[in-house]
Amino acid sequence: MSDGARSLALHGALLALLLAGAFVLPAYHHGVLARVMVLSVYAAGYNIMFGYTGLLSLGHALFFAAGMYGMGLAVQHGGVTPALGLLAGLGCGLAVAFALGLLALRTAGVAFMIVTLMFAQAGYLTVLYFGPYTRGDEGFVLQGAQRVLFGFDLSDAGVRYIAALILFAAVLVGVLALVRSRFGRVLVAIRENEERARMLGYDTFAHKLGAVVISGGIAALAGAAYGLLFGYVGATFASVQYSIFPLLWVLLGGAGTVIGPFLGTLFMFYLIDLSSGYTSAYMLIAGVVLVALTLFAPQGLAGELRRRIWRGLP
Amino acid sequence: MSLLQTRALTRHFSGLKAVETVDFDLPEGEVRALIGPNGAGKTTFVSLLCGRIPPTSGQVIFDGRDISALPAHRRINLGMAYTFQITSVFANLPVAENVALAARRREATSAGVARAVADALERVGLGDRGDQNAGDLSYGHQRLLEIAMGLAQAPRLLILDEPTQGLADAEIAAFKALVRELASSTTILLIEHNMSVVMETADRVSVLNFGQILAEGTPAEIRANPAVQAAYLGTA
Repeated sequence: MSDGARSLALHGALLALLLAGAFVLPAYHHGVLARVMVLSVYAAGYNIMFGYTGLLSLGHALFFAAGMYGMGLAVQHGGVTPALGLLAGLGCGLAVAFALGLLALRTAGVAFMIVTLMFAQAGYLTVLYFGPYTRGDEGFVLQGAQRVLFGFDLSDAGVRYIAALILFAAVLVGVLALVRSRFGRVLVAIRENEERARMLGYDTFAHKLGAVVISGGIAALAGAAYGLLFGYVGATFASVQYSIFPLLWVLLGGAGTVIGPFLGTLFMFYLIDLSSGYTSAYMLIAGVVLVALTLFAPQGLAGELRRRIWRGLP
Repeated sequence: MSLLQTRALTRHFSGLKAVETVDFDLPEGEVRALIGPNGAGKTTFVSLLCGRIPPTSGQVIFDGRDISALPAHRRINLGMAYTFQITSVFANLPVAENVALAARRREATSAGVARAVADALERVGLGDRGDQNAGDLSYGHQRLLEIAMGLAQAPRLLILDEPTQGLADAEIAAFKALVRELASSTTILLIEHNMSVVMETADRVSVLNFGQILAEGTPAEIRANPAVQAAYLGTA
């Protein structure tokens, strides 16, 4: 089987499984998977920058929150439809990512990590500062008609699952196309050896800026969708914790693989979920498993798959 | 006419005059060797040409156009290709993808890219290594890959920084043949320590010493030049 056919089979099978899950999963896991799918879209966005371009951002909550608040405030205070709200969230994320990229990409390495972290903290504090509109830490709830998208009521669990799956599938296909495109291959070249890529005639700054905008856009889309699907917009999602999560998920699942962000998000969620069923010291179990995984599968779950079985895994 | 010219090109590193007011002319179609003792400023000079480092002062003129202010990638897009002295390949990517990255800027279709990749790898003798990771190649083969990446860009000016360093005798012989074959279609600037390569491939030789052009001429003239002998060849 060619790489293209194998890739189609693998990612197609994942989407088919998730679709089947809509009908057979028990209610609890059904709800978990809807959440995991949206969060793994966030991780997939993070992966464009970290996994494919080699840019380690510690401030992605800024984009997630820009999407979430762009949508939430437009719907809550602007009175727009949820569909327009999604677009507003995406637009906010793209604009913030573009501005941050222009500034942060003047630095590299550790300085880049610190600059992104600081901008994200500034974003978090901005949310708190405008408390009268954002309701700060407490956040606000979207209700009733605010969650009816194209006539589908997202407060219904079945509808919500399908909506999450559609978003997940669209982003999965989009990312697959991106990493196989010329642009995506240049991003990988920049990750591997930026100076060489530049001396092959590629404008590496423009490519990195493109990666930040795409990555931030996807993260914002995930944030907007999360707020709409689960009906809540709050400052927690702008906090540093939500900048670290996608890094963890992507590392666990396999940086620089298309399927990795989903695997990592799913794994992490169930790891905490299951271990907390046995003991109140569940973070200890989670920690030990994370250390073991880092020791024995440093490339993450999908990274191991690539290393051992299929070198051409996109 | 000259494909490449420099006028009073200068680069100082905090007091060290690495390249000092160099006027250099390279006519289109010529194979020019750049030789000189270690530390003479050869790599700094070609880095100024392709924009890897900015000059302290002076001009670089490519194809009649002043490119002194252009960033490196724009200069490469005008038809320069640069191969690194210390091999700088994409170690974790397959050999074929390394060359494909070089070819994609000018080839619009994936079939065209595949053809250019196969052709470039064949010419340097790495035709059967396309699937290997570049980092798994021996040092000599990584040098050949560097050259293949240069070829795949189909440049008007190919700058090779010590391309035969670490190559076996048979590979050096093949490299000489490759340069002679390329000479009909490409202008080549070659930094080289191996005198047999210089004598057999270069149309003319420029000698750099302490950041300045010490002498210029045919290989035979350079070999006979007493100043060059004193600075460089006498010890070889």
